[in-house]
Amino acid sequence: MRKVFLLIAALFLINNASAQGGKMALVKGGNYTPLYGIGEQADVEVRDFYLEINPVTYAEFQEFVRNYSKWQKSKVTKLFADERYLSNWENDLTAPVALLDKPITMISWFAAKAYCECQGKRLPTVDEWEYAAMASTTKRDAREDSLYNASILRSYEQPRTFLKTVGQSDANYWGVKDMHGMVWEWTQDFNSIILTGESRNNGNTDASLFCAGGAIGAKDMMNYAAFMRYAMRSSLKANFSLTTLGFRCAKDVNHPLTLN
Amino acid sequence: MTKKLSSFKGYIYLLLFLSGAIFTACTQGQSRNTGNSNYTKDYSKTKVFGEMVAELTAPPHVPPPVGNRPAMKLYMEMEITEEEMEMADGVSYLFWTFGGTVPGSFIRARVGDEVEFKIKNHPDNKLPHNIDLHAVTGQGGGAEASFVAPGHEKTFSFKLINPGLYVYHCATAPVGMHIANGMYGLILVEPEGGLPPVDKEFYVMQGDFYTEGRFGEPGLQPFDMQKAYDERPDYVVFNGSVNALSGENALQAKAGETIRIFFGNGGPNLASSFHVIGEIFDKVYVDGGDQVNSNVGTTLVPAGGAAILEFKADVPSNLVLVDHSIFRAFNKGALGILSVTGKENEKIFAGEIMEGIYLPEGSTIQKMPKDGNVVSPPVTMTKSELIDTGKKIYMQACFACHQANGEGVANAFPPLANADYLNADVNRSIDVLLHGLSGEITVNGKKYNSIMPSQQLKDEEVAAVLTYVYNSWGNNGTEVTPDMVNKRRKK
Repeated sequence: MRKVFLLIAALFLINNASAQGGKMALVKGGNYTPLYGIGEQADVEVRDFYLEINPVTYAEFQEFVRNYSKWQKSKVTKLFADERYLSNWENDLTAPVALLDKPITMISWFAAKAYCECQGKRLPTVDEWEYAAMASTTKRDAREDSLYNASILRSYEQPRTFLKTVGQSDANYWGVKDMHGMVWEWTQDFNSIILTGESRNNGNTDASLFCAGGAIGAKDMMNYAAFMRYAMRSSLKANFSLTTLGFRCAKDVNHPLTLN
Repeated sequence: MTKKLSSFKGYIYLLLFLSGAIFTACTQGQSRNTGNSNYTKDYSKTKVFGEMVAELTAPPHVPPPVGNRPAMKLYMEMEITEEEMEMADGVSYLFWTFGGTVPGSFIRARVGDEVEFKIKNHPDNKLPHNIDLHAVTGQGGGAEASFVAPGHEKTFSFKLINPGLYVYHCATAPVGMHIANGMYGLILVEPEGGLPPVDKEFYVMQGDFYTEGRFGEPGLQPFDMQKAYDERPDYVVFNGSVNALSGENALQAKAGETIRIFFGNGGPNLASSFHVIGEIFDKVYVDGGDQVNSNVGTTLVPAGGAAILEFKADVPSNLVLVDHSIFRAFNKGALGILSVTGKENEKIFAGEIMEGIYLPEGSTIQKMPKDGNVVSPPVTMTKSELIDTGKKIYMQACFACHQANGEGVANAFPPLANADYLNADVNRSIDVLLHGLSGEITVNGKKYNSIMPSQQLKDEEVAAVLTYVYNSWGNNGTEVTPDMVNKRRKK
């Protein structure tokens, strides 16, 4: 009887989640200066794009691996995911019931990318992600707002936020939720700061995020929350599957497929 | 052709000149270095014999000395955690640690050792970390090689080629925040043959902390970025918390023992004026290096720096470790106890011979100024007038010990704020002002044993200052009149 109840609860959660999950918000493009943008080409243009309102949940990812068996934990190509990939799942098809409405974590970049592509979407770029994430509930760019910055920094300090339920926080200016204080999120070009020299002046390609280097290339020295995100991204490899790292999908506005 | 040749000659001369310059530069460098043999010894070629797993210890302990052992291959592991721990009574903080403690585990090695270092970032951690060991020669002191995501581990290797005591710390962006949250510790590289043996060794490290709430404000206190930027710490502590080296955590030694303190300063911002009240450092290895100074009272240890301090605990007493930038000690937590027990040695310290209350004739502890803001209370005052006048007197005569907000100073001057001793008996309070007070009393459950001199105040002034105190900081609101004071005075 209890099992049946759990099953029904699980089904309800799945339906509920998939009805909500994948919903997107329109983020109107514009120019902005990223943390590591200084010099002549400081500004980056971000075009209009759609971004999923919530991080992808366990329920949504469970549906995905049921449809695409090669991303099940026993079948995934070892090159594309480390040993922690979905390691908390009961088996190939079943995510922990208690986590169904929580953000999926312990997934690699390859898996996140495949998930989005299977839905005709893609991962957001670092610039898109940062652009959407600099909005508070009322402003497109709240980076000058010291209270907003302090609240983000504080949310990053809280432990085990990956166990929060998605969609509970206030939507930001664009209608997007849980950008801060839940999980880190994969981006398409997550380690481009490290790998390409042209994003910084003087072509200094060695990791400027180390030690004093962290101070040299940056635009806003006080944006410690952004420093933490960039440091986090640069520590990653695409097969890493971390407890604190999830994702959400994005889509071009002119994409031929229609919006969910 | 000749033209070409002469220009070629020109190059030759230039080359000769340059090589000459280099040559002289080298010889100069050499002659400078021969002054101290330690600098010329090249430990990079020291052979290693055998291997072992290094023992790392939590503060205030240190691993056993290297003694006479040869240079070896050393394996060590450190786990990085992000966890909530106590900062002071009722105050907690989310510390980031090397090995679960602040400061991080003590590393002890020998010059010439080859170290294989494994750094493990706990899967529940939110952030990547790394380690920059100041004892390591190489890119970032190992910071780049050790940069590790949560749930991963990295192994890197280095050879220790300089003896000394060094700080290590996390160097991941934002570096200031990683250090401010407690990510630092000490690595000792002993010279050949080891440091001279002593009876007791301790590991003490200072750090400054920046919290949203002021010192003592209860609850989990988040990091305050602005205060860190402004270098305005709420806490300056030894070994990661206000109580880390006091009460039952006090360091212990016996009279007659020789003591060595490995003292580091993690910062992130403040330099430390390290002093041990009641002792003199027989030896200070300045900056943790080869230079030894003798007979030192207070030694300056920069942020990111360290020093080795040695002394003999000659007589039993509670030695008090402080940052002698003294407000940090008494108001921000930079205070620790080294409890020395054993037999008295009256030749060195005879102790108290006599005690009395010093009452110079016609003097007061704080003489009221005769000009300017003279406080001359009218003979009859309303309660609010008494409070106003009393506040001025308080700020002149009382606040130095009892503090502006009446909280006193722990273990020295009892609190007046919400104080049971005060509220229990108004006549006793009047007597204390008139006649002074000495001996042990208990205020709010804590014992105090010191002397308050009698206050040379007029009846109106005593009435005013007591009324102010009774009507502040949660006290019972008693009004003390000049008449009441007068009656006690005549008793």
